[in-house]
Amino acid sequence: MTVGQFNTWFEVLRFGLAIFIAFAISFIIMSFSTDSPFAAIGNLFIGPMTSVRRFSTVLETMIPLTFAGLAVNVMFKANQFNLAAEGALFMGALMSAIIAIYMPGPPIMVIIAGMIAAGIVGSLVCAIPGILKIKWNCSEMVISLMLNYVMLYFGTYIFNQVARDPDSAYKASYTFREGVNLGNIIPRTRLHAGIFIVAVFVILTYIFMFKTKWGYKLRVTGSNIHFAKCAGISVAGVIMSSQLIGGFIAGVGGSTEMLGMYSRFQWSSLPGYGFDGVILNILAKENPAYVPVAAFFVAYLRIGADYMYKQSDVAAEIVAIIEGLVIVLVAATAFLSKFRHKMTTKVSKNLLEAGGAR
Amino acid sequence: MSSVLESIFSTTFLFSVIRVATPLILASMGAVITSNAGITNIGIEGVMLVSALVGVFSSAFGFGPWFGFFMAIITGVICSLAIGYVSMSLKADSVLTCIAFNTMAIGGTVYFMYAVVKDKGTTIALQSGKLPSVEIPIIKDIPILGDILSNHNVVSYIAFLMIFVVYILLYKTPLGLRIRSAGKAPNALSSVGVSLLKTRYIALGVSGILGGMAGAFMSMGYVTWFSKNMTAGRGFIALAADAMGNSTPVGAALSSLLFAVAEALSYSLQITMIPPELVQMLPYLVTIIGLVAYAARKSSLDKKKRKKLAEQ
Amino acid sequence: MDEKVILKVENIWKVYPNGIVANKNVNFEVHKGEIHALIGENGAGKSTLMKILFGIEMPEEGRIILNGEEVKIENSKKAISLGIGMVHQHFMLVDSLTIAENIVLGNEPKKYGLFMNKAQMLKQAKECSEKYNFNINVGDKIEDVSVGVKQKTEILKALVRGAKVLILDEPTAVLTPQETKELFVELNTLKKQGHTIIFISHKLNEIMEICDRVTIMRHGTTVDTSFIKDTSPQDISNKMVGREIVLHVDKKPAKPGEVCLEARDIVYVNSIGKKALDGVNLKLRKGEILSVAGVEGNGQSELAAVLTGMIKPVGGSLKVLGKEIEEFEPAVLRKNKLTYIPEDRMTNGCAAKLSIIDNMFTDKIESFLKKNNVFIDKKKMKEQAEFLVKDFSVLCGSINHQVQMLSGGNIQKVVAARELTEDAEIIIAEQPTRGIDAGASELIRRKIVEFRDRGAAILLVSADLNEVLELSDSTIVMHNGKVNAYFKDTSKLTEEELGYYMLGVKKQTEKEVNAIL
Repeated sequence: MTVGQFNTWFEVLRFGLAIFIAFAISFIIMSFSTDSPFAAIGNLFIGPMTSVRRFSTVLETMIPLTFAGLAVNVMFKANQFNLAAEGALFMGALMSAIIAIYMPGPPIMVIIAGMIAAGIVGSLVCAIPGILKIKWNCSEMVISLMLNYVMLYFGTYIFNQVARDPDSAYKASYTFREGVNLGNIIPRTRLHAGIFIVAVFVILTYIFMFKTKWGYKLRVTGSNIHFAKCAGISVAGVIMSSQLIGGFIAGVGGSTEMLGMYSRFQWSSLPGYGFDGVILNILAKENPAYVPVAAFFVAYLRIGADYMYKQSDVAAEIVAIIEGLVIVLVAATAFLSKFRHKMTTKVSKNLLEAGGAR
Repeated sequence: MSSVLESIFSTTFLFSVIRVATPLILASMGAVITSNAGITNIGIEGVMLVSALVGVFSSAFGFGPWFGFFMAIITGVICSLAIGYVSMSLKADSVLTCIAFNTMAIGGTVYFMYAVVKDKGTTIALQSGKLPSVEIPIIKDIPILGDILSNHNVVSYIAFLMIFVVYILLYKTPLGLRIRSAGKAPNALSSVGVSLLKTRYIALGVSGILGGMAGAFMSMGYVTWFSKNMTAGRGFIALAADAMGNSTPVGAALSSLLFAVAEALSYSLQITMIPPELVQMLPYLVTIIGLVAYAARKSSLDKKKRKKLAEQ
Repeated sequence: MDEKVILKVENIWKVYPNGIVANKNVNFEVHKGEIHALIGENGAGKSTLMKILFGIEMPEEGRIILNGEEVKIENSKKAISLGIGMVHQHFMLVDSLTIAENIVLGNEPKKYGLFMNKAQMLKQAKECSEKYNFNINVGDKIEDVSVGVKQKTEILKALVRGAKVLILDEPTAVLTPQETKELFVELNTLKKQGHTIIFISHKLNEIMEICDRVTIMRHGTTVDTSFIKDTSPQDISNKMVGREIVLHVDKKPAKPGEVCLEARDIVYVNSIGKKALDGVNLKLRKGEILSVAGVEGNGQSELAAVLTGMIKPVGGSLKVLGKEIEEFEPAVLRKNKLTYIPEDRMTNGCAAKLSIIDNMFTDKIESFLKKNNVFIDKKKMKEQAEFLVKDFSVLCGSINHQVQMLSGGNIQKVVAARELTEDAEIIIAEQPTRGIDAGASELIRRKIVEFRDRGAAILLVSADLNEVLELSDSTIVMHNGKVNAYFKDTSKLTEEELGYYMLGVKKQTEKEVNAIL
């Protein structure tokens, strides 16, 4: 075994162990609040498999999560802790809702227009922290945290002024025009064509990141900005475009969620996908190709937790603890490092001895 | 319009500024300590939230609000140290650790709230009590000033006291010297045999005390119950205040007050024709503008200074 | 146990998490009251060994024996309590604090058990600096003092903590010749007072001058220890590299051609408001190597940074290949066929976490695209990278390995392979061989000469006098942000002469300096 092979093997082991520990701790917590923790955790695991409907809900939940994960992946790749994907998703959803209500023409055109408009709005939102960082070196993290709340209230204001249906019993917009939705691909579920759209975005993001010159420049810039600048890369341009692209993905994600799952806009708080995106990006090892896998995992957990809540009366919010623990353990580079070090030493020494004079 | 002005310059308005500022000041002092030690602690949001819930539970099922206050502080310290353990000893990225912790805090508090009171919204059903308000002798009898400064919750006075305490701690004690070194030149600290890790743990612990107090105030002073995600980004504002105040206690406190004015304004303006959403947006917008103005001023001053020196 | 021996290490093994074996079976003995040199090429394992002695790294195997007793040094605190002190190559000081605060940090005098006792602190620091004849003002802030004073502060820090064994990691690398002399006086004082000093250096002449014994390391292990009086520089250098070093660079006389870079009145003000460049003029011609000599911190780095667009000057103009440069940006200058080997290879020279192949063409990725001008031609990149790895003899397992897995010398070869490209007409090489092994240095120097002979113009910024004298055709000397001497023919220049100009003892007239124009 070479050092490289050992490292791959080790990463897989670490990942598995992180998930196991997270579940074990959550199980202990659950056993305090329910008499039958085994039944509860059993429900968590089998929940999504109990019906076609529930399983398709996993896939539906996956869609916005994947978009958020991709958006964060692209923005963080430039080494920018821009958390504005949250606001971008929210504003994207609102923008496409407004277009879905008012724009005339064939539904397919309305949908396309709505998605592009949502993407542009998302880009604009995520551009703000980027610009302020480049121009005045403001902390993109703090600015984007604040910006999300600004977007929530500003969006709510626009919603109230433009789209709110005064006859609705609860806070909701007018319904979208007839036919303006992403259809339904499995009968008696809500699974919509958004799953194809997100698949396209995963592939495009992967190609962008690893096959194009823009992706290359982005990776160099994120890896070492001084070097990128020294090598003649226009780093400000690269950072800005990555924030714009990330924002675009987030905006389209919001629009896909809105047009796929709803017939009227009714969000009154931030959906939380921005932070989810960060979590997914880590679970995916910062590789766009793995984002959907991570999103499936998280979505499965959340749907399983809903089932558990209904069956075992254990609050579904326990998954937040599981997610947090997994992230922490996956991100913790020192977790198991002693074991790793011991093994690496052994492997290197073996190689050295096997190599003899080398 | 005159009613707006009246409400802004009223004693009730200024009284509410202090009330609103209390958690921000406490949390921002926590942020000042950690950022001086070289840690960006956005986990303070979650620390406040968890402390607020533990405070309510300890108060309701233990020995009243002071016990709750004490337990909230203990909780703050434990949570902060846990964040420190993961980000420093287990070497996870500190921002990620904090985001993961905040996620856990939001979900976990709801989980435990439901487990205890079978309600996912608030703990109003619990008799959890309130920390006392204090009348300040002499000052309470001064017209206007007395109405503004006296009869606040005891934690508000503690908050203002903490500005002074943090100042002394940072600039007048050996620990402060070490904390500032930990932020400015961590290598220097370890080179003299002072454990960087220990110093940062202590800084995190202190920030946990302050975050715990802030949380306790939220659920046992500001209101008398815990509700889902009740901190609503105050921890993030504290972080912004620290950045705007250049990580000095006085600067961060003044920034906190500025945010408090904006927030209080959003309440008193709600009675007018101005749309409430825009008013609610105000504190966050002010934060962004404040941060940008600060950064822009700094960069233009730098430029001017260098230009001037170049001309000499 | 030998009475004389104060410190002994036996069979030390150290493997880093990335699998690099830094120390294998290291044995090493230091006598009480001696100045003991430790010498070796870069990557020979000196720094690792010292980190182990100071508790920064823990060895996998082996024993450390101090004063006849086996000790475990888990951290620096333990090392300090055992009487081991270390002065790092990169200073470990808090810039925003005063010298006194830096000295007492970790050991602060208190009053009322809780607060800093400022008066006591100043007194302590002052007494200590006087005891060892260090002439410094302990109330000054670190950010305001010279490098020499910073180093003294570092030494004091160790002494105040009762260091009996003092490890100095390349202490003279940052000092002026005068400061070096001063340091040697101080080290001899310390020796007389009974301190033991481990002196790590690359500079043979310094070792010959001040040390009693020398231990030589090669490829992670100790190869020999001998008394200085029983050995010779030639002997040491042979043991170091295991072969003869050619200190001489073979090159034909230069044939300077037309001017391809012209800088006029360049002024740059640094962040603390100092004029780091104060009206610098120079002309660089095709087919010549012009070196910029000077004691570090006299504006050479800033000059390189301005000429490559890394920083913007506040005044002056720059013409490259006859074109006036409007925008000082690396991208603009690189378009004008200027390439740059930066001083700090880890910061400006590579992306350590990306692969070797990804680091090879960063500046010219546009010429590795498929026909559509968007997608990267991986095949072409691979072929070219494999060629360069061979051409520059980069030692690596695979071109897909991360750059950070390589040794310093090999990383520098990757940087050089990228920057020394065929169509480069102007090459700014800043400390191109600093801190790398002799083999890599030789290769890079040879390549530089090769490019000169092909007609490229080379600006060599170097603090290594030997390199300046051997490699360059003409030389300018910088002092205090100004050019204070120009020598059209470096070969007529001696080391002493150069030293006078570097220290500002001598200064040419404006007319002589402007002969370059």
